[in-house]
Amino acid sequence: MNEEPVFRVEGLRKSFGRIQVLGGVDLSLRAGSVTALMGANGAGKSTLVRIVSGVYARDAGHISLAGQIFSPSSPAEAIRAGVVTVHQNINDGVVADLDVATNLTLDRLNGRSAPWFFNPRRVRREAKAVADRMGLSLDLGVGISGLSLADRQMVAIARAMAHEPKVLILDEPTSSLSSAEAERLFQLVDRLRARGVAILYISHRMSDIRRLADSIVSLRDGRITGTFTGPDLDYEGAVNAMLGKAISHDGIAVRDGGATVLGAEELMLSPSARPFDFVLREGEVVAVTGLVGVGKTALAETLFGARQPFAGRMSLDGRRYQPRTPQEAIAEGVFLVAKDRADNGIVPDFNIYENISLPFLKRLARVGGVSSRGSERGEAKRQISALGIVCRSERDEMHTLSGGNQQKVMVARWLSQPCRLLVLDEPFQGVDIAARRDIAEKLRASAQGRATVVFLTELDEAFEIADRILVMSEQTLAGEHLNAGIDVSKLLAEIAGQHEMVN
Amino acid sequence: MTDHDTPIAAAQPAKIVPPQAMGANIRELAIRYGFLLLLAVMLVYFSIATSGFASPQSAVFILQSVSITGILALGVTATMVVGGFDLSIGSVATTAMMASSYIMVILNGDALTAIAVCLLIGIVIGLVNGFLVVYMRVPDLLATLGMMFLLVGLQRIPTEGRSIATGMSLPDGSTATGSFSPAFLALGRHKFDFLLPNLVPVSVVVLIVLAILIWFFLEYTRFGRMMYAVGSNERAAELAGAPVNAYKMFAYVISGVFASIGGILLAARLGRGDIASGNNLLLDAVAAALIGFAVLGVAKPNAFGTAVGALFVGVLLQGLTMMNAPYYTQDFVKGAVLVIALVFTFALSERGKR
Repeated sequence: MNEEPVFRVEGLRKSFGRIQVLGGVDLSLRAGSVTALMGANGAGKSTLVRIVSGVYARDAGHISLAGQIFSPSSPAEAIRAGVVTVHQNINDGVVADLDVATNLTLDRLNGRSAPWFFNPRRVRREAKAVADRMGLSLDLGVGISGLSLADRQMVAIARAMAHEPKVLILDEPTSSLSSAEAERLFQLVDRLRARGVAILYISHRMSDIRRLADSIVSLRDGRITGTFTGPDLDYEGAVNAMLGKAISHDGIAVRDGGATVLGAEELMLSPSARPFDFVLREGEVVAVTGLVGVGKTALAETLFGARQPFAGRMSLDGRRYQPRTPQEAIAEGVFLVAKDRADNGIVPDFNIYENISLPFLKRLARVGGVSSRGSERGEAKRQISALGIVCRSERDEMHTLSGGNQQKVMVARWLSQPCRLLVLDEPFQGVDIAARRDIAEKLRASAQGRATVVFLTELDEAFEIADRILVMSEQTLAGEHLNAGIDVSKLLAEIAGQHEMVN
Repeated sequence: MTDHDTPIAAAQPAKIVPPQAMGANIRELAIRYGFLLLLAVMLVYFSIATSGFASPQSAVFILQSVSITGILALGVTATMVVGGFDLSIGSVATTAMMASSYIMVILNGDALTAIAVCLLIGIVIGLVNGFLVVYMRVPDLLATLGMMFLLVGLQRIPTEGRSIATGMSLPDGSTATGSFSPAFLALGRHKFDFLLPNLVPVSVVVLIVLAILIWFFLEYTRFGRMMYAVGSNERAAELAGAPVNAYKMFAYVISGVFASIGGILLAARLGRGDIASGNNLLLDAVAAALIGFAVLGVAKPNAFGTAVGALFVGVLLQGLTMMNAPYYTQDFVKGAVLVIALVFTFALSERGKR
């Protein structure tokens, strides 16, 4: 197991236009070993995977596979050379309308040597050989659409393994699996490891990494910031390296909150999660942090009525609060700046002021629902100057704005009317530093008269904006800190999911 | 993850107009007003080239020729606004025509009953279409295609496939005792005095009133704006508190009711329930609505564009007819206009590029 690395990446660089995504990445994978790659959103994980799997061309650097130079010009070439990637989106790896047997042998239907005529018996025979080798016990005749996500994942991996790869890359394979399904995947990874495959396992989930990793590599801002090997892996150090050690927090005058605005008791986000309590107070900004997939968005949507909690009670200003739809939440004064603005926020056919006024058309309209564009534009103009949105006028189309300014419009939408609780889910996603500062300042400056809760994966951002920081791990709250004299190592331990050991 | 945390993304849009922007401005103007300009040019050309084109009678004739398809097109525009489609409008119209004829001729009903039943049919079909699309998750094209088929068959069952006319013989051998009430027929034949006596037919007035109503509704009420939001980004509209499903259902009801109004006018004009008529209604209406995308270059469904689109086709056909173009070239002309309009919408406008 401790022989020379079978796969080696040296000084890999990649830029898109003027944006450098990978700034010299070194990485080596050993046969029969699982290397976990950790990195926050935007760290460059997906770009790395796409270069190695032949989707993107690299700008600089060397890759070698078993001593030979490896430079694939297409995904097919990478597979032929022995580097196989199973991508994050499970349904991209299988064809839902075909059965398992055809899916397992799909690659053999293409290429020059492939037969012209489709012989079901031959396909079944080949598929059975593939399935047997992988220890896959599925009915080969069943359609993919009738399978669970985990089984589809197994089929995708089995198909990838039919090429007898030397290197297997799994890109966040458990992101849509339950824990029981994930365990089956882990057993498969164990078997592959025992057969001498070098595996690169990309994940945010600490539980996956603890279960599988022989070594951990942390990626941050396009560079490897930590490599951890040995029998006792330093998980906390890996998280630390992934999130950035140079965590600076200054310039925040931490405030105490006033009266309780929102209280949650015995809240459970899923049947298997531990129930938790918390309160959000008037005038304070609370950050909820944690790795991707620990239930931050689920909690944000629960507060906003876009999702129902599995169990538990919430109260707003002392009254019972159980919104069934966003409409009800808005009526009660709870607003959400949703994450992924392109999917959940922006109406692309609308200009700036129409996007800002969208939730409040009823309040702004005249008698009989006739809309009052004058007052909509007036409000938009106020928000444009308050947040410093760079645009020619409030009638500009959204697609003419930069990412940061689009996000400012999304924040402006929900700041344009007073509320009791403002929820922001990853408001700094795809936002440049200057816009991030403007938004953070505006949020803190306007925080009086409401409670504000911001869901953030990046710890730096939480330090920058919050009075109080809550930590989420595995669908529940794992810790709470005042953002002053914070015990960073304890915080990181909670993020890494070691609270149970601490308690 | 390509553009996260990049200061470059905040670059300000250029304030100084670069030289090539002149060309871009001209192109923008062409996209914006190209279709209206083309319409004006056509009007001028036909007025000069033919005698009698530039007259109130001719204008009214054009309006009348497009009134029923125009009304249907305005309805289908509403479903397009919420990101849907309604292929059943043509058969809803013919179903309404057959139903009104059946009520008056065979059941001896009066005009008011016939109209009320037709409107009810439109509402019910709209609700069923909406239910299929929203709650049964059938894709809009398929759901309304199914409804179209169903209605084409359904409207023939009561009369065993026969057209309905006053004094027709019934399947049991007797003769129908009822007849079209004069009040109902007036919807198709009465003409209001406007500038000249007996000039403007009822269907044209209905078209104009409905066009103004739906235009005002879509552009100037919060409900219309929300419908556009639903069509542009459904999830964003939902997270802005819009009852998305209700808006979608409502759009299909509008479409159903408009189509049934079209059917009532068709029955009144023909004075019989003709199973062979109304074949072209669907295609003509959809074409008008799609041509409407290109008018003003907004590249989205809009009531004004739909009305102009219907008018455009009407003017072109009337002009060509007066220049002795044979009738069988009409569909070709309509198709060509539609294809050009679609190219305008999707290839030339800014929206198409995204």
